[in-house]
Amino acid sequence: MDGLSFDLNEIPLRAVNNFLHKEAPGQGVKKVTIANPDGAHNIAVGLDFPVDIEVVGHAGYYAGGMNKVANITVTGSAGTGVAENMMSGRVHVKGFASNGAGASMHGGLLVIDGDAGLRCGISLKGGDIVVGGSVGSFSAFMAQAGRMVICGDAGDALGDSLYEAVLYVKGKIKSLGADAQIEPMSDADLATVKQLLAAAGMKHDPKDFRRVASARSLYHWNADANQEY
Amino acid sequence: MCGIVGLLVKNPALKSRLGELMVPMLIGMTERGPDSAGLAVFTEPLSEGERKISLYSGLTEGGDDFNWLGLGHDLKQHLGVEAKIAPQGNHAILTISIAPEPVKRWIKEHHPKLHILSTGRAIDLYKDIGTPTEVSDRYDFKHLTGTHLVGHTRMATESAVTPDRAHPFTAGEDFCLVHNGSLSNPYGVRRMLEPRGIKFETDNDTEAACRFLEWRLREGDDLETALQKGFEELDGFYTFLMGTPDKLALIRDPFACKPAVVAETDDYVAIASEFRSLAHLPDIKNAKVFEPAPEEMYVWTA
Repeated sequence: MDGLSFDLNEIPLRAVNNFLHKEAPGQGVKKVTIANPDGAHNIAVGLDFPVDIEVVGHAGYYAGGMNKVANITVTGSAGTGVAENMMSGRVHVKGFASNGAGASMHGGLLVIDGDAGLRCGISLKGGDIVVGGSVGSFSAFMAQAGRMVICGDAGDALGDSLYEAVLYVKGKIKSLGADAQIEPMSDADLATVKQLLAAAGMKHDPKDFRRVASARSLYHWNADANQEY
Repeated sequence: MCGIVGLLVKNPALKSRLGELMVPMLIGMTERGPDSAGLAVFTEPLSEGERKISLYSGLTEGGDDFNWLGLGHDLKQHLGVEAKIAPQGNHAILTISIAPEPVKRWIKEHHPKLHILSTGRAIDLYKDIGTPTEVSDRYDFKHLTGTHLVGHTRMATESAVTPDRAHPFTAGEDFCLVHNGSLSNPYGVRRMLEPRGIKFETDNDTEAACRFLEWRLREGDDLETALQKGFEELDGFYTFLMGTPDKLALIRDPFACKPAVVAETDDYVAIASEFRSLAHLPDIKNAKVFEPAPEEMYVWTA
């Protein structure tokens, strides 16, 4: 059994997710197409085997959440929290993504061809996010590890309270968050951006990107700061 | 959580299908708002001197069997007003050809539990407790016609589950608002408005936003200016969808805490909290689907 199709107008999503969790891994399923997602929540969440999933249309909340290994493509837009807590594998949104895309991701690659909403990559703990368009305010808030490449603009408070995640931005940054700073691009940064753009299938010149990382001044409590950051 | 939906038809041929297209939108938001539902529909306006008043009798002793004909009779006897009444269970639309204030005053005095849902030349308003399916069936929403409407499904967080606390809220004439979210300063707004003679009917936070914006419009602000003042004065989480006789307007708080998605074609503009409520619309696959940005104003004209 190589390829399978499910039409969510015909079969409940819960049955599809159940099949993907319990039966598909043992049956050598390589490719699954999910038609008429129509904004349903939790499509293809918690997958844990190598498979290509194509969601044809607009997905609702948490599509591809907690993904391990699988390669998930959404041809339309994705709702709140796409690929949240992804561990590994790849999630690709061809349209736009709503708020909290890639929230708390630990690994893998999230590619968003369009814009991402607010709080993209919030609490990122690892893995990579590449956004072809712009990201909304508070993106990469408290991001701890991992990398984000933003080909468009960034909203307010980019990288507020960053830890060790690193952000690369091509467009305008409306404002940086507390403790985030623009740093020079090293050769290693250029190589990283080049590699991530290639992985995402996007064509930009790495030299056009700026690096945003933590100034690390919030790492230790400063009693003299008088709550002014 | 709550669900909001809105639909404005650009193609006049769709006016007769407004309700039919909207009912699945409202039902699609059941998981976001299972406890109450409501909508305001904007029709061709009545002539200058006429007004229609939507009334809800579910809180009266008569309930669904309220004596609507008796009300018409009493209005004629006491006020000399010829009122046309279109009853539908616990709901009726009263049409009069005099200024509405004396009629509303009389109703409040003699039927204090009869709830006045809306007043205007274009607006008809329905809301009640129950699931979106139940409320849609109760008032036969699928046969509603008009140019645009604003709907809501409620999961109460800020005040009790009662018909008068369901959405849409109205203030003044031909203005309504639905809200997904929660305001943090509704009592501050109330304390600012009450000394100006603006009366509140519930303890609901959304009512404060509705009365604030209607007050600004009445003070002469255009819709955009009023919404800008809303951004400045209303604190909290919100996606607001508002209706006027010829417009739908949408705003989201600066943190975009509550969702909204828009689908636009040559024939219509449809707004919902989530795409789930838009998936059934005609030609949706070719619609321009986008997420409205926070702190931006979106205004569509019928």
